[in-house]
Amino acid sequence: MSHAVSMPDTAPAPPSDQAAAVDLRVDIGPSGAPQILPNPLMTASGCAANGPELHRFFDVTELGAFVTKSVMREPRSGRGTPRMAETPSGMLNSIGLQGPGIDAFVSTDLRWLAEHDARVLVSIAGGSATEFAEVAATLAESRDFDHVVVGVEVNISCPNVANRGQVFACDPQASAKVMTLVRESLPRDTPIIAKLSPDVTNIADIAAACLKAGASGLTMINTTLGMVIDLDRMRPQVAGITGGLSGPAVRPMAVRAIWQVTSAMREGRMPTVPIIGVGGVRTGRDALELIVAGATAVQVGTVTFNDPLAPVRVRDELAAELADRGFGSVSDAVGAAHPR
Amino acid sequence: MSALDKDVVCVDGELIASRRVGAYQHLTFVAPGIAELARPGHFVALSVGGPTSANLLRRCFSIHQVTPSGTYGGTVDVVVSAVGVGTEWVTGLRPHETTSIIGPLGRPFPLPTVDDPADAPACVLVGGGYGSAPLFWLAERLRERGCHVEMVLGAATESRLFGVVDARRAADGVTICTDDGSLGHRGWISEVLPVVIRRSRAQVVYACGPMGMLQSVTEIAAAHGAVAQVAVEEAMACGVGVCMTCVMPVQGKDGQTRMVRSCVEGPVFRGDRVRWDAFSGGLCTVPDDAVGAAGMRAH
Repeated sequence: MSHAVSMPDTAPAPPSDQAAAVDLRVDIGPSGAPQILPNPLMTASGCAANGPELHRFFDVTELGAFVTKSVMREPRSGRGTPRMAETPSGMLNSIGLQGPGIDAFVSTDLRWLAEHDARVLVSIAGGSATEFAEVAATLAESRDFDHVVVGVEVNISCPNVANRGQVFACDPQASAKVMTLVRESLPRDTPIIAKLSPDVTNIADIAAACLKAGASGLTMINTTLGMVIDLDRMRPQVAGITGGLSGPAVRPMAVRAIWQVTSAMREGRMPTVPIIGVGGVRTGRDALELIVAGATAVQVGTVTFNDPLAPVRVRDELAAELADRGFGSVSDAVGAAHPR
Repeated sequence: MSALDKDVVCVDGELIASRRVGAYQHLTFVAPGIAELARPGHFVALSVGGPTSANLLRRCFSIHQVTPSGTYGGTVDVVVSAVGVGTEWVTGLRPHETTSIIGPLGRPFPLPTVDDPADAPACVLVGGGYGSAPLFWLAERLRERGCHVEMVLGAATESRLFGVVDARRAADGVTICTDDGSLGHRGWISEVLPVVIRRSRAQVVYACGPMGMLQSVTEIAAAHGAVAQVAVEEAMACGVGVCMTCVMPVQGKDGQTRMVRSCVEGPVFRGDRVRWDAFSGGLCTVPDDAVGAAGMRAH
């Protein structure tokens, strides 16, 4: 491997022949328009910045796809600080979608990713369904869209201005409206992946609404809402008061969400589409757990803060875990824990 | 093929020495590759709790000193104040135990360009508590260039000073102050700093310590026509620029204020560029004129 960092004593042993023989390719495209990635590992939106930072540790082309930080129409400063609190096996964050705005994103961030031959899943956000559509349209018109963008992940865990700040992802109709308008703004064959919140009564209902309105895939799960209180200052620890909880602590919630939606697909309650699993993945074993629950691809998020090499390490560990269990490919393992 | 420079290292660091220094723990790790790349002001990010730790966030420490090729290979020294579960774990490490170390990280202290050592600017180095840790190494580099170096060390009490003996070796003059008068001048750094700047005709003031102290150092330096270079202590989750938690408002060369990451754009900033007006009571707000502040008001 051509890693930019030296790793004298910590480099993992070279993969076994069996692990090297596992077919890691996955398809995250809509039916009839395959979008093949060389492996299922991705960064998670908001946990990897936009490329150069992690490229110091591994080549971004080693990922199945690089998932960018959610971008909105205008530049955003993000919230004040403190923005985070460490929690048991996780963290709480309240960043406030800091970002450059879609125009600077396509001219600078996406350009850099294109120059480094990355495959990019672009995460977009908005305060209204129209804003989501405008961001998607600007992206689709950008010079690098055709050759670097492997899909658009729609982060619907943002407050809906028109509905007193209720997040889109908690309302099937609001989620569907976003998907409809984004669909109209992008070429027909572009994968549109709805990123769902676990903070809902029935996640399968939201998933079904998104798919019916034009989403071609799902990412599960976004952070779950939490809160930490600073007992010395006797006030909320993060400036935003509440924050998103992430990390290995929430992994069972991700497994559960993927399992429930996959079950609904298998029962014919909604079309079967690719699911990207995310939530607390730390090892190849964790990645395999999300895959056998029904995920086709896997994102590594918070654990990247602990180990910047984690996305690539998890890819190699996953290959070994698959080989150990006799799977010849990732796709053979997708949903393997469900009753046959 | 990665086209990147090898400018950062991620290694399992083996602890080879750990000693109590007043209220702090001074740790030496074998961490091959970091020493060769590091400069004063850089920091390292340590993982805590082992490979299955429930504490995922890295703990960041400024580098106290490095030795490129000792008996054990390159070493890195840090000074740790045990104030929480992570720092308690680090200070509880015993010799030959290891933890993952990433470094060097951040932007180091800028050093003055000196053509003729006779023209080298005098510098004052100010350390609050164990914030003094990176300053001795910096003092050596400055004196190599011909700079006259004064150090000012301050803390609440004598046990919370770090490096008083080292300072007498590393600097041309040392001023100590403690809040309780247990060593040196009784009072704050801000009370002694003007005298030291005037006496040494310092043109640059380097400082590392709590935010309140850095603001005060910046104001005093400006009042004396000196440039302040301050290393900030912001809570970081990753240290490598991906988590966006360690931001603070800093004015760029274009006059615009941005919420910048102290781990990659800092931790050293020119003091007069930091928007001190945004800090209060452990919180930092986004100034109304910051880039992207209007975007936040929309939703």
